[in-house]
Parts: sequence; C-alpha cells; structure tokens
Amino acid sequence: MPEGKLCNKKPVENEEALKALLADTGGQQYYKEMKELDVDSKLLWGTIEKTCKTRMRTWLEICAHCGMCADSCFLYLVNDRDPKQVPAYKIQSTLGKIIKAKGKVDNEFMHMVMETAWAKCTCCNRCGMYCPHGIDMGVMFGYVRGLCYQQGFVPWELKIGAGMHRVYHAQMDVTDEDFVETFKWMVEENEEDYPGLTVPVDKVGADIMYTVNAREVKHYPEDLAEAAILFHIAGENWTVPSSGWEQTSLSMFAGDWGACKMQVEHVYAAMERLKPKRMVGTECGHAHRATVIEGPYWAGRKDGKPPVECIHYVEWVAEALRTGKLKVDPAKRIKQPVTLQDSCNYIRNSGLKEVTREIISHIVEPGYFVEMSPNKEHNFCCGGGGGFNGIGLFRPQRNKALITKRDQIINTGAKLVIAPCHNCWDAIRDLNEEYKVGIKWSFLKPLLISMVEVPEHLKPEE
Amino acid sequence: MHDFLTGPMFYVSFSVCIIGLLVRLILYIRGLAWQLDRVAYRAYPGLGWNGAIRSVLSWLLPFGTSSWRQQPLMTILFFGFHFGAVLIPLFLVAHNLFLKSKLGFSLFTIPQLLADTLSWMVVVSALLLVFRRIALPEVRILTTAYDYLIIALSTAPFITGLLARYEVGDYGFWLVMHILCAEILLIAIPFTKLSHIILFFASRTQLGMDYGIKRGGQKGTSMVW
Ligand code: HEM
Ligand code: HEM
Ligand code: SF4
Ligand code: SF4
Repeated sequence: MPEGKLCNKKPVENEEALKALLADTGGQQYYKEMKELDVDSKLLWGTIEKTCKTRMRTWLEICAHCGMCADSCFLYLVNDRDPKQVPAYKIQSTLGKIIKAKGKVDNEFMHMVMETAWAKCTCCNRCGMYCPHGIDMGVMFGYVRGLCYQQGFVPWELKIGAGMHRVYHAQMDVTDEDFVETFKWMVEENEEDYPGLTVPVDKVGADIMYTVNAREVKHYPEDLAEAAILFHIAGENWTVPSSGWEQTSLSMFAGDWGACKMQVEHVYAAMERLKPKRMVGTECGHAHRATVIEGPYWAGRKDGKPPVECIHYVEWVAEALRTGKLKVDPAKRIKQPVTLQDSCNYIRNSGLKEVTREIISHIVEPGYFVEMSPNKEHNFCCGGGGGFNGIGLFRPQRNKALITKRDQIINTGAKLVIAPCHNCWDAIRDLNEEYKVGIKWSFLKPLLISMVEVPEHLKPEE
Repeated sequence: MHDFLTGPMFYVSFSVCIIGLLVRLILYIRGLAWQLDRVAYRAYPGLGWNGAIRSVLSWLLPFGTSSWRQQPLMTILFFGFHFGAVLIPLFLVAHNLFLKSKLGFSLFTIPQLLADTLSWMVVVSALLLVFRRIALPEVRILTTAYDYLIIALSTAPFITGLLARYEVGDYGFWLVMHILCAEILLIAIPFTKLSHIILFFASRTQLGMDYGIKRGGQKGTSMVW
C-alpha cells in the first residue's frame, strides 16, 4: 500500500481530514501506514536539485569531519556522548546519503531520517556557532524536515499541526470567533479590577497590533487578560486583528513550507489591513522566528522584513520599562535567586540577549539574578524545541533531552526560572514534573502584573 | 622528469589550482539564493559585511572563538598545521626563487629558521591529527578514507620538501618527488574538499551575513562567536 488513508504525501486541507487524523489516538494507524509508505525518489531528487543550492552542498562537501561540533550539541552531551549524536554525523548520514544516492532511498531509511530530524535535532542552531567552517546543522535539518514532510514521513502531531494552520490559520482548532470572544470574555473578567479595560478589535492605525499563540486562547486565556492589562496600564494605543492574530507556526516545525507561507501571509494581510505602527507578538520564541524572522522569506519579501516593524514581547517590555510607561514598585521586585531561560529562537537567532537582561535589571532586586551557564547566544536548547515537546512518538527521547536544562537550572541554585517562550516554558514545566526538581517557572506577564504600579486614574474606585 | 615537472606541469598545476579556486568561488556565489537561504543579502550590504568580517576574523585568530577556546588541543593542532600549510608554499625563499625564474615575480619571504620550524609543525600536527581521528570516538565515526587521503595529499609535499631540504639520501630524487607531490596537491585542491581554502571564506562570510542581516544584526547586538 503506497499511500495510506491517514499517512500520505498530501497536506491536510480540510476539517474532515483533520478530524480523521485526530480520531486516530496517538497516531497508531498513522504510523502503521507509514511503514508501508513508498518513497517517491523522483520527487525527492527533483526537489533537492531545485532547492539544495551551493550553501548546503558546500557545507556537506567541505565538512572536515573534525568533530568540533560534537560538544556543542546538547543531545550529544546528554546522550552519553553517543557518536551517532554528533551533528556532522547526523547530517552526513541523512541528507548527505540522500544526495549521494540521488534520492534513491527506501522506507526504512526515511524512518531513520525522520527520527534524526525530529528526535535528534531541535534546530537550535548551536552547532553552527562551534564549527570552524560555519556549518549549521540546524539550518540543514530544517531543510531535511521539508523533504520528509513532502514524502509523508512526518510525526503525527506535526502533520495535524500543519493541517490546523491550513484549515484554521492557527496551530489549533481555534476560530477567529473563538479568539475574539475569549479575549473579550477574559477582559470582562478583569474589568472590575481595571476599570476601562478593553480589547480593541480591528482598530485601524493603532500603535500596536498584538498577536498571540493559539494555545493562550485555548489553554491559558489568562495570558490574554494579562496582555490587555499591561497594555492598559502602559497607556498603549493597541489592537488585535479579528483574523490574522496567530503568530505561531507548527508548519515550520513540520517542514510544510506551503502552510508556512499561507500562515504568515494571513498575518501580514492583517497588518496591511489595520496599518498599525508596529506589531508586538506574545512571549513565544518560535512564533517570533516564524512570523518575524523567517516569514518574510516564505512570503517572498525581498527586504526580509514583514510589512510593519515587528517586535517580540520582551522588546516591548524593555522599552516600556525604559521609558517609564510601566513602573515597577521597587518593594515588589523579585527577591529570591532567579534565573532566565534564553530562547534559541529569539536570542541566538534574533539577537535579543541584551533586551532581556535589561528587563531583569528592572524586575529583580540587584544581587538575586543568576545567569545559567552557558547563556545568551551560547545557551542550550530547553530540550523541547523544534516541535520535540509535542511529539508523542519521541517522548522518551525528549524527556532525556530535558536533563541538560534541568542541570543548568539546578546549577544556578535558583528556584524561579523566567521563561518568556512557550516552548521553553513547557519544557521547564515538564522537566520539573519528570524529575521532581521543585522549581517555579513563569512568563514575564504575571510577574510584571504583580509588581507594576497602577497609575491613580486607572485604579478602581473604593 | 625534473624538466617536465618544473616546465609544463608547473604551469598546468598552478593554473588549475588558481583558476579552479576562482571558479569554485564564482559558482558558490552564483548558487546563493536569498529566498532559499532566507538571507536578504542585497538589502543590507553594510550589516552583511560587518557580520561577515567578524565571522571570518574571529575564526582566523587562534583562540578567537568559544569553540577554539573550548578545544585547545584541536586549536593548537589546527593552527600548527595551517600556519605552515598556508605560509610555506607562498613565502619560502626557495619557492620565491623558483617563482621569480618562472613567472618573473616573487613575494615576501620568511627566514629559513622559521620556515623549517613551520614545516616541522605541519608534519607533526598532521600526525597528531591522524591520531586524534583514531583516538576520539566522535571523530572516528565521521572519518572516512577520503579524510586520510586529504591529509596525505596535504602533507606529502612537506615530508618530501623536508627530505630534500636536509638532503637525506639523493637530493635530486627527493626534489623531484617534492615537486610531483606538490603539483598533485595543487591540481587536487579545486576538485576535493581542499577547495575549503577558498570556500572556508565563502561559507564563513555567508553565515556571518546570515547573523549580521537576519539573526540579530539588525538589533544592534553582535554575535559573540
Ligand atoms: C610546484 C611547485 C613547487 C616547487 C617547484 C617547489 C620547490 C621547492 C624547492 C626547490 C625547495 C627547496 C628544497 C631545498 O631546500 O633545497 C622546496 C622546499 C619545500 N617546499 Fe616546495 N615546491 C613547490 C610547491 C610546494 C607546495 C605546494 C608545498 C606545500 C604545500 C611545498 C612545501 C615545501 C616545504 C615544506 C619545503 C621545505 C621547507 C624548508 O626549507 O624547511 N612546496 N620546494
Ligand atoms: C587560508 C587558507 C585555509 C583556511 C582558512 C583553512 C581552514 C580550514 C578549516 C576551517 C578546516 C576544518 C577545521 C578542522 O580541521 O578543524 C580545515 C581543515 C583542513 N585543512 Fe585547511 N584551510 C586553509 C588552507 C589549507 C591548505 C593550504 C591545506 C593543505 C595544504 C589545508 C589542509 C587541510 C586539511 C588536511 C584539513 C583537515 C584536517 C583534519 O583532518 O582534521 N588547508 N582547514
Ligand atoms: S565542526 Fe564543522 S567541519 Fe567539523 S565535523 Fe562538525 S560540521 Fe564538519
Ligand atoms: S541544531 Fe542543535 S540540536 Fe541540532 S545538531 Fe545542532 S546543536 Fe544539535
């Protein structure tokens, strides 16, 4: 059986197909069908000839096989220095072999490639910083994921996730109505404490257009309220689009480039429609990576920029604290050892290392902040990046991968971890649960709300 | 034999190497694709070159990057090998005398004592690089026969050059062997991973531009390699 009913080379295009996949608990049927899936070698080789250009070919060719990248990869370190986890080995034994074989590889091989691309690499891009030739396996595994996706060899959850983007323009089955209603409802819930709190929907020409992660709508709606409250206190002229509010992209993790393009174009259309001065995205790393850093290229924008200036939530917070729009009550600053998780997606891959530390200087009592080691652009992946958190099939590997971050955190001695990234936040929650570390972890929003001064005129009447 | 190697073969190998490397570079640049690489090379030349220069220079400096500092043994072997590998062919007195007689020009030259030291360092480092490949599991798994061939090709002119230099046995024989090995190396450079002599700069420039343009350069922070 070449093409399965659930596992096949076709992207998920409609609700029925999504429902059918979701009904297959844990992807049992899906993975069974994958065992029979044919590899379309002609398609594979044709795609490589068209898209694998000199940058990657040169990387594969000039790799000196020197192994200097080994120690840079947290998955190599945490898996007892298994030589099969050396970044150069991982890419040479997958993409390197596919190219040597001109795409003539079999089903079993593609299973190995899939496991390598999603369970042995989180696309954290750290190895690229440690290779003397500047060979970036994270970039190449991102590419390999695209090849796998095209052939139908993609983890079940990510096939669904990419499908969600195609059907709902969101990573989950959250409709535009769900989004607006949930946001309004959360704002109403908090109106008593913050008189005048609103969520301006589709306001044209606002200073800020705010975009979110669909998980917030579905699972953490209080995050929406917190965002509204902070914009309110800061006196921002802000809005949310009724459509085009989802900043994340599971299609990026899946390697579904078609869905990636559709998703960001949808958000960019909201920018064109509402003409805000800037877009601010929520505390999510891959969302920023997808919509702000990689997105313009999927959408074919030659300047590599979205239609309006886009910043990450941490940049907005730093600016608001710097300019005094948000004022922290010094008595309420954090007075316990606290550390900060640097998200690969916007620290290593978007240069926001100093901005986050500026925030720390405002919200943590001097002397209580402890850096992880290594940190900033050299930080290790949380252990759940690149979609790893969400893939049931690779859960044991993911749990092992968390050990790196667990030990980094334990070594700081801090009992609180600030994690302004959904993926990192999840990974830290899971490592705490899995290994009973006894730490707390938090986004910035709740911390800020607990310590910012509310201006007199915004306070509720007694 | 000597006349053939210092005559036609010299011109052939020399041109194959230089033209070949240039072709490799041009093909590399032509194969860059802003949308596939997801780097807006043309839109931000200033940021791009700034990132590129930092990316190349930090790595050319011994212990200039975190990676070099974290692996001091490898760093010593790498620079021990490469100082000689790059400087000797270009700046040895004997080479420049030869160059002058052939092409009518010569370059700056280095003192003989330094040349001897660098040459020995190349041979010793190459030997230790081979040991490293065998000893470390993370390098062993990557190593193929091709890697040993590259090391052999690169080191042969040094071994034979030194044998000629110290007139071990038959000077004439070692000199012919030396020139033969050297010309094989020159011809091999553009067609093997020795093309890294130019592609190292291309690849580091590209990644530097990636960081300078897309991954942080615009935020005014620069990457600490
Ligand atoms: C085809 C071009 C070349 C010619 C004609 C040539 C010729 C010579 C000559 C005449 C000597 C002097 C031997 C003596 O001391 O009497 C020499 C030495 C040497 N050559 Fe070359 N060579 C060539 C290319 C190379 C290359 C490409 C390399 C290295 C990659 C190399 C490495 C050396 C070394 C290491 C020595 C000995 C250095 C020392 O004095 O300690 N040569 N070569
Ligand atoms: C400016 C010129 C050059 C640069 C920037 C350069 C750079 C590099 C780099 C970055 C590596 C990989 C790192 C590593 O092994 O750890 C490497 C490896 C190597 N290079 Fe070069 N190289 C240059 C010239 C040469 C020349 C002229 C030769 C030969 C005569 C050479 C022979 C080699 C060899 C044999 C290796 C592999 C070493 C090993 O087995 O570990 N390189 N080079
Ligand atoms: S450090 Fe770079 S050149 Fe060395 S093995 Fe790793 S990828 Fe290849
Ligand atoms: S990108 Fe990260 S996870 Fe992937 S091989 Fe490199 S260091 Fe390892």
